[in-house]
Amino acid sequence: MATADPIGVLTGAHFIDGDHACSEGAIAAGCRFVAGYPITPSTEVVERIAERFPFVGGVFIQMEDEIASSIAIQGAAWAGKKTMTVTSGPGFSLMMEHIGLAAMTETPLVLVDVQRAGPSTGLPTMPAQGDMMQARWGSHGDYGIIALCPNSPQECFDLTIKAFNLAEQYRVPVLFMMDECVGHMIERVVIPSADKIEVTPRRMHTGSKEEYLAFAPKADLVPDMVKAGDGYHMHVTGLTHDEKGYPNMTVGTQARLVRRLVDKIKLNAEKIVDYREDGVEGADIVVVTYGITSRTALPAIEQARSEGLKVGHLRLVVAWPFPEKRIRELSSKVKAFVVPELNFGQMTLEVERCAAGRANTVCVPHAGGTVHNPKDIYEAIRDSVKGAK
Amino acid sequence: MSEPTPTKKARGSVVIMAERCKGCGFCVEFCPTDALDLSSQYNAKGYHPPVLARKDNCTGCDICGMVCPDFAIYGFIKKPTKGH
Amino acid sequence: MVEEQLFDEEVAAPANPIESLLRMDRIPHIWCPGCGIGTTVNCFIRALQTSGLNLDKVAVVSGIGCTGRVAGYLDLDSFHTTHGRAIPFATGLKLANPELKVVVYSGDGDLTAIGGNHFIHAARRNVDMTVILVNNMIYGMTGGQVAPTTPLNATASTTPHGNFEQTFNLPFLAESCGAVYVARWTASHVRHLTKSIKEALGKKGFSFVEILAPCPTLFSRRNKLGDGLDQMEYYQEHAEIRHGADTKTVGMDFQS
Repeated sequence: MATADPIGVLTGAHFIDGDHACSEGAIAAGCRFVAGYPITPSTEVVERIAERFPFVGGVFIQMEDEIASSIAIQGAAWAGKKTMTVTSGPGFSLMMEHIGLAAMTETPLVLVDVQRAGPSTGLPTMPAQGDMMQARWGSHGDYGIIALCPNSPQECFDLTIKAFNLAEQYRVPVLFMMDECVGHMIERVVIPSADKIEVTPRRMHTGSKEEYLAFAPKADLVPDMVKAGDGYHMHVTGLTHDEKGYPNMTVGTQARLVRRLVDKIKLNAEKIVDYREDGVEGADIVVVTYGITSRTALPAIEQARSEGLKVGHLRLVVAWPFPEKRIRELSSKVKAFVVPELNFGQMTLEVERCAAGRANTVCVPHAGGTVHNPKDIYEAIRDSVKGAK
Repeated sequence: MSEPTPTKKARGSVVIMAERCKGCGFCVEFCPTDALDLSSQYNAKGYHPPVLARKDNCTGCDICGMVCPDFAIYGFIKKPTKGH
Repeated sequence: MVEEQLFDEEVAAPANPIESLLRMDRIPHIWCPGCGIGTTVNCFIRALQTSGLNLDKVAVVSGIGCTGRVAGYLDLDSFHTTHGRAIPFATGLKLANPELKVVVYSGDGDLTAIGGNHFIHAARRNVDMTVILVNNMIYGMTGGQVAPTTPLNATASTTPHGNFEQTFNLPFLAESCGAVYVARWTASHVRHLTKSIKEALGKKGFSFVEILAPCPTLFSRRNKLGDGLDQMEYYQEHAEIRHGADTKTVGMDFQS
């Protein structure tokens, strides 16, 4: 671990929205290349980046579309930069192929999705959480991925740094799944001094050029990287490739490579998962939330507790990889999980899968456009144990 | 067909990697001094690679090398002997 | 002085000059007999070698397709990206490290159909890169489907009754979008082509070299134009060299 470069750290207390806090988090984390295409409700992120980057030695380019943005940052990553792009639903859909490319070529990057209501153009200025499964499975083929869900401007700052650190550590695209509410919510954001901000440097190959194998994994299943212009003459391809990086389109190489791309997240999942619990021990009902829903659920949880129900709250900070182990553990202790989401049941499916019938799983669906009425969540909590095993 | 007059020694030559050849004939066609022919022999892939049939014609201009899509031939200019 | 004494018959041949820039462990390449892509690579390597560029600072980016495989054969920093997106990848690479000389090397379908939007915007922005486009007038790798560059009336596997769409005039497109250097050669004009690529590499800004190359397997055969050699001969006989031509006038018709 190293600490942040002070040039990018606006130490102090600020009153800013989640989008701006995300920009500051990226700059503090060492991001020095951003490509983007304007889309509501994410535009404030790139606007602030465009304003700030000239003063920190960064390069911002507004590309011709989201497809271009999501690959320009990969070119920049192979030139040695920490990179990010920012979008919302329709642009996120366009970026899917390049999430696959980044997964295949193990290119570290952060992709911010400020979620709005879909499908299609939907409600451009209003919140939803409808991209969660797309975040996990959006590109074709199998690969591991990491996705984070902030629930406040402060977390937009803190977790953006974490997103960059995870991207560098595991050489994967990290998806930063905000929502319109969190993106446009203005709150106090405290930015610590640079020496208090830990940043993960790129894992660079330091040995000789002759012994360099671009895709030979280390013990944690992640290979070390080089950058263009250093004389390594590396080859990077989206085709199935061997450890040298050369195309090798055989069943055996495919099995080895894809297994590793999946396993480097799966086998490290316990180190990556991050969730916050409140009153979960001894609870009969656990409300599982993420993003803005973690805040709309609070009055409902309080009301249920005041009526004597034993309700715990588990908030996903990292949505992918999903905390399977913890949910399995809890499923044999609790009677029900209640999952409010601004969609018709996406992370609910994961909770249900891990509960495997041991506990009742209830989704509190919402089409998006606004947040839940806490009353709906309260009623779901109250009713979840009726008829439960 | 007029035979090149063998009065002058060639100033150049070619190197042919016959096994890489796919027999497209570009080198034979584009040789400015008509030094190459396709061999009657086959390589392992079943193609007829070029041969330097009229070596006295070769100037080592390397047009064959530039035009070859399979990196299977190149021309070079012979160096003068040390004694000169 | 007797001339034969000037040359030593026994002198060992020098090493193949281009092999130092090829990943020889990946040769032979995948291209068909009579395909012109290998010829263009040959010329590109020779141009690089005489360009005076630091080859550790040259990066080649390709998209998808037959020409998209070029990056994988070059012993340089090389990137084989997604279909149509070589140019935005190269844009990021160049902007993130301006020391690099970035070359995009890809095909007509890749760069001007699926990648057409990126092509025009990179030219408009005048991104400092050289784009080498091998135009074989067809989608070769996927089996000979019609491309924006397929001549009017030519047949392709998806235009079995003849192509009824107008053909892209790529030099005109590149120039009108702001390219600082625009050239079109054929794979048969090896010396001119090599010189042209070298010139393009030496230009600052968006430079563009289109190369017509035979696709004997999927374009020539279907259109009864003979094999690769027949195409190369046709280029030699019919191509007209016009330096400083008005690009508006260089559109192409079907050759038959």
